[in-house]
Amino acid sequence: MAQSLTAPAGDPPARRLHIDQRYYAPILVSLILLVGQISFRFLTSPMGTVLGILASIGMEILLSLLFTRKMPNVASAYVSGISVGILVQSTAVWPYMLCSAIAILSKYLIRVENRHIWNPSNLGIVTLLLLAPRYVSTLGAQAGNSFFAMIVIWTVGSIIIYRLKRFHICFTYVIFFLMYAAMRAAILGHYVSHESFAQEAAPLSGPMYQLFVFFMITDPKTTVNSWRGQVLVAFLVATAENLMRIYGTLASPPDGTLGNIVATHAPYFALTLMGPAANLIEIAQKRKARKTQAAAAA
Amino acid sequence: MTVLEKKNETSSARSALMQRIGAALLILLILGAAVYRAIKPAQHQNINKSALQGTPSLPPQTALQRYGFYLTQCAAQCGIHFVHQAPKLDPRLNNVMPDVASMGASVTAVDYNHSGWPSIFVTNSAEGSQCALYRNNGNGTFTNVTSQVGLQNLNAPGTGVCMGAVWGDYDNSGYPSLLVYKWGQCMLFHNDGGSHFTNVTASAGLPQHANINSAMWFDFNGDGKLDLLLNGYYPSHVNLMHLANTRMMPASFEFANNGGRKYLLENMGGGRFQDVTRQMGINSHAWTLACLAVPGADPRYPDIFLCNDYGESQYYKNEQGKKFVETAQHTLYWDPTGPGSLSGMNASFGDPFNQGKLSIYVSNISVGGELMQGNILWTPKRGASESNMQYQASGDQIKQGGWSFGAQFADFANTGNQDLALTNGFYSGDPNRSYWYDFGKIDGANYNIISDASTWPAFRNRSLAGYERKRLWLGDGEGDFTNVAQMVGFTDRYDGRSVAVADLFNNGCMDILEAAQRGPLLLYRTTAAPNNKWVEFNLQGVRSNRDAIGATLTLYFSGKVQQQVVASACGFCAQNDHRLHFGLGEAPSITRAVIRWPSGITQTLLPSQIHINAVNNIKEPQ
Repeated sequence: MAQSLTAPAGDPPARRLHIDQRYYAPILVSLILLVGQISFRFLTSPMGTVLGILASIGMEILLSLLFTRKMPNVASAYVSGISVGILVQSTAVWPYMLCSAIAILSKYLIRVENRHIWNPSNLGIVTLLLLAPRYVSTLGAQAGNSFFAMIVIWTVGSIIIYRLKRFHICFTYVIFFLMYAAMRAAILGHYVSHESFAQEAAPLSGPMYQLFVFFMITDPKTTVNSWRGQVLVAFLVATAENLMRIYGTLASPPDGTLGNIVATHAPYFALTLMGPAANLIEIAQKRKARKTQAAAAA
Repeated sequence: MTVLEKKNETSSARSALMQRIGAALLILLILGAAVYRAIKPAQHQNINKSALQGTPSLPPQTALQRYGFYLTQCAAQCGIHFVHQAPKLDPRLNNVMPDVASMGASVTAVDYNHSGWPSIFVTNSAEGSQCALYRNNGNGTFTNVTSQVGLQNLNAPGTGVCMGAVWGDYDNSGYPSLLVYKWGQCMLFHNDGGSHFTNVTASAGLPQHANINSAMWFDFNGDGKLDLLLNGYYPSHVNLMHLANTRMMPASFEFANNGGRKYLLENMGGGRFQDVTRQMGINSHAWTLACLAVPGADPRYPDIFLCNDYGESQYYKNEQGKKFVETAQHTLYWDPTGPGSLSGMNASFGDPFNQGKLSIYVSNISVGGELMQGNILWTPKRGASESNMQYQASGDQIKQGGWSFGAQFADFANTGNQDLALTNGFYSGDPNRSYWYDFGKIDGANYNIISDASTWPAFRNRSLAGYERKRLWLGDGEGDFTNVAQMVGFTDRYDGRSVAVADLFNNGCMDILEAAQRGPLLLYRTTAAPNNKWVEFNLQGVRSNRDAIGATLTLYFSGKVQQQVVASACGFCAQNDHRLHFGLGEAPSITRAVIRWPSGITQTLLPSQIHINAVNNIKEPQ
């Protein structure tokens, strides 16, 4: 990381300020962590967060040496660790480390055509929720609940994501989330109880969704390559989440059951289901295209 | 192919195989966990709503042998038949009524008639419902004497509903009087010699209307008269029975500062109190649910600890009885890795590590899969001086208590180490339908949404952290806690609110009183190992307030040192027995006891002045 932040001597001044795009996400997520903790103390276990980050980086180095015999760039492991550290809530420290370990393990083990197909921290969190729901939850804090802070985070996040050419993913997801919220408010609000648009759209105003939208669904390694495909995936994630949310309202599944875990943590499960499905379809299409090309060449 | 190439190929084949096996195992783990969750029956699916008392998992004698004590729930056998009724508020709150009308069950232990036997006062909260004073008959039974002593009709329509009570001898008459705090008009009853109470509210100078959820008697200026602190929860202008609008909920789940104001009422003598809140610098509008008067370096000027729902706890340092200065950032939140804003419900004193200093236990919400905040034990920071006290968060093993409410430290087994009893559970509705998903929609939302009750998802009688198992952590005095609740008989599953401890049967065992919201008042009688010794102190002030509220007693025994304090409010809407109880273990050797009276006098009791297995009545020296 230090290499990319310092340009060679003799470069013009503008070049010295250049930051490698790969480090936008780690810097942004670090800022969110620092500002969030210093201002609002939103971490349930700061020690757990630190250990989660260390476990993530350590696992990355270990598995990279084991499988590729190369020292890895740990930027993505750092982002995974910090995402786990922010998004997981537990009064113990072991869930953070376990979640990070699962996240990085999935990156190295579950690969198709040399691509990992799940967002590591997303899969880590989902696995942790399924394995040990008694000990963990996910971020539900509000980062001060300031309207101004919310606007700043959305604006800065959007600019950075735009520069990374992934704004369309976030935009698609948010638009469909709001549309589905309006739909649920109209239909469920009429037939079930008094669900309102404000209620259904409310989660989007919290920091958990800011992290989810900017860092999880946009992960370049676990998103399909084409622009249209990415938009489609964002739409599918929002759709799957919508179905889980409808189920949550209609069934009100009791605590600790699979239904309750899925509904309460709908975005994570939606991405877990839709992300790899889209990736597998894309991989299959590419494989087919290669075969066709090879056949044509033959 | 060279040898090196062959070696590389073999190595990558091995890597690929390892990868496949690893992938298969990981996917199997995830799918297995999902399937397990899918087929596992819901936690409370088969709960028998008519048998929420539960049964201990160990026979009493086995529990006694293993843990040194056991509990027997004996309210009915003792003549206590009390069921709490929740308040009924403005119908516009119907969608969230279980959430808003979620408090009011409180319990206090008090020897109101100087019989030497602690009696019990419990509040009710529906309009027209009756609170109850159960007089201790001294023979293992209690008699409801509410009407007999003039404490009936405390929830008369139009006057608001009771949230709790706190006892204090504000006129140093020798008998503790009763303050009942309400969402409405608080009421003050003067104790006329232990046989009758006179309503003196009209002349006392209490606020006309406020939504008070915690209160305490304490002498903040060292004048020997008990002053009063009333802590608002909802803002004072909100009339929960007849709302002006539904925008009366907290502005945030973690940073709300739109709660009720506080009332610091100075005792002017003659049964009159004067509001000195602003001039004394208390400007909190937090959603306070519990408060403590923390003995400072100078016992004449106790500090104030406010335990706030929807926000950070606050610490008001007493500047020589002339001003309070909010110092939480220095006193509690000096450590950037420490806990932040949570859902403080309970604040209780204890010395579970035998430090000879008081720790403060704050309860929050920890519900697996939903919200994990963790309870906090604020322990005095090592090396911090009394005049510049700082606390650090500790107690990892007592963090997870469900949706925690009242808690109290006491030495149930008389081992010389304090244990911790905690009640919990928010709303037990339909056990097969949970409100958590809907609650999760708004818990991270912006204040415009949260602060309006009409935007909250409807409860529809679904459970929210209902049917929770209580906790009773056995302490070893060195930081280790073990939850033995189910084994020793602390087994009910009601929506517990208030817990108070007292030696109700004068047998040297600390019994547990638990008030449940929309549930019965429970009395857990403790039977401790007879070989363990104990000692109790009943302090009486002379220059200090007669109740000696604010006095600390530090007992040096068997190489240990333990401090306790005479407090009015302690816990969630609770007050413990006035007597201080110390377990001593099997063969105790007491070195001394040091009492710091609120007047500033320090008194040392020698072993020859302390009677083991007895109540020691100590009068403040002149």
